[in-house]
Amino acid sequence: MTTTPTDTLLQKILDETKVIAAVGVSTNPVRPSYFVMRYLKMRNYRVIPINPVAAGQTLFGETILASIADIPKDIHIDMLDIFRRPEFVPRLVDEAIEHLEDRLKTIWMQVGVEHAQAAQQATDAGLQVIQNRCPKIEYQRLNGELRRAGFNTGIISSKL
Amino acid sequence: MTDTPTYGFDTLQVHAGARPDPATGARQVPIYQTTAYVFRDADHAAALFNLLEVGYIYSRLTNPTVSALQERIATLEGGVGAVCCSSGHAAQIMALFPLMQPGCNVVASTRLYGGSVTQLGETIKRFGWSVKFVDFDDTDALAAAIDDDTRAVFCESISNPGGYVTDIPVVAKIADAAGLPLIVDNTSATPYLCQPIEMGATLVVHSTTKYLTGNGTVMGGCVVDSGNFNWSQSDKFPSLSQPEPAYHGLKFHETFGNLAFTLHGIAVGLRDLGMTLNPQAAHYTLMGIETLSLRMERHVHNAKIVANWLENDPRIASVTYAGLESSPYYARHQEVYPKGAGALFTFAVKGGYEACVKLVGAVNLFSHVANLGDTRSLIIHSASTTHRQLTEAQQVAAGAAPDMLRVSIGIETADDLIADLDQALDAAMK
Repeated sequence: MTTTPTDTLLQKILDETKVIAAVGVSTNPVRPSYFVMRYLKMRNYRVIPINPVAAGQTLFGETILASIADIPKDIHIDMLDIFRRPEFVPRLVDEAIEHLEDRLKTIWMQVGVEHAQAAQQATDAGLQVIQNRCPKIEYQRLNGELRRAGFNTGIISSKL
Repeated sequence: MTDTPTYGFDTLQVHAGARPDPATGARQVPIYQTTAYVFRDADHAAALFNLLEVGYIYSRLTNPTVSALQERIATLEGGVGAVCCSSGHAAQIMALFPLMQPGCNVVASTRLYGGSVTQLGETIKRFGWSVKFVDFDDTDALAAAIDDDTRAVFCESISNPGGYVTDIPVVAKIADAAGLPLIVDNTSATPYLCQPIEMGATLVVHSTTKYLTGNGTVMGGCVVDSGNFNWSQSDKFPSLSQPEPAYHGLKFHETFGNLAFTLHGIAVGLRDLGMTLNPQAAHYTLMGIETLSLRMERHVHNAKIVANWLENDPRIASVTYAGLESSPYYARHQEVYPKGAGALFTFAVKGGYEACVKLVGAVNLFSHVANLGDTRSLIIHSASTTHRQLTEAQQVAAGAAPDMLRVSIGIETADDLIADLDQALDAAMK
């Protein structure tokens, strides 16, 4: 059972994150992973795409890398966003801790992606972990975009 | 979704969807009387048209005043999102449209508003859709009516013309076992008296014309999505699970998850069916909802008093109100609708059809109109008006027999309502 992240934590992560490594991002514009990362790129996040099948191609102005290990040391990754099935999560968390340890702040698993053990391992390594959520949807909800289409944002406030 | 405090219904009916206006600081939700919205640049326009960014393009799709109302109703119903539209009838089409294909059917309760019986029984045939009406108290018949072409189960919570309350948890289990969404029309109960999503409904539809607006001013409808249904679990819902040609082959459910139904309602439903709610109407409905709980308490309070008085009057043959201990649905209302059985009910007058026609001509406070959920008390002879397109058998099944009058009890002084019915009954018996 995943604990529900607070709005305060989600907002903090979205504020402090500047560079996102997206594992499993597709080059197909109608795939959800492309859609999410295209959106976050539009919101001025730098997106480092990782997908071995498309390695070497260009996406969002960046070269697609084959693996986490291939991320150049001079790129400061704040968040790893996982678009892979849950069974691949432990290996990805291992790789992230090994290669990005002193740079990474957050491991984020997309909607439908959860892995309690791997999440605990990442938490023990000092990382923030979000499971079964989409950073695009949370960004849109917390920044007032979803209310434009009549979604229940859960935000009640008398402040501007 | 949030770590803000959990607020009560009375707080949410005032505040949900209505933060101060970001452009001006206006405390009340402004009426955005505009058809179109300026794009910052071509990229902004492209992002909006591709559904990459959620925003305002054209008021047929989205409008800030309407959005505030949508968020408020979605919040009160415990849904993930809502789409408002031009009437309750529009809401029913908007709810079915993403689910149905030609050749598909909906299994619906026999106890529905007469206009819904006609819409589902006749009009939707022209889309190649059909309905199977079933007595939802006969759970075996309900389960048996569901076939491979069924795409939804449909009922009203507190049914119109009244006296019947649906056992939503039981119906929801049957729909769920068949892998189908349950659509509940919650117009007569409102989210104050009934929370269909909490009881397992997938979608909730409303005629917001009624109690939500509350004083008989504007037409409107709403579809609320629970966000709980997996549209991709079978191949039955291709509009949501398969590539959408108008959006470059994007799959709504895969791309938007539990936001899919609501976004489809805007981006395909309102775009192409055009049953849009106007911002003036949204404003009136927002004003109405601010006092929903207060009004519903008084509506229910008055309905109990008037129903009790009628039941003990020798001129009355019967009263069908689930809030009366004599009702076969009294126990169910206490269990499923503990805050009350609504304020809509029927009664039969000794003297039949003739006496009913005389009585509606003799009332002085009650208004003889085809509406419900107004602050003022309303009365109608369903068999000669709202349900006249139905056969007598359908009228009886719907609780609208020829000797029945339907009342929608308002928030006036209960004794005055009784006095009005008393003098009208005298006139009807002459």
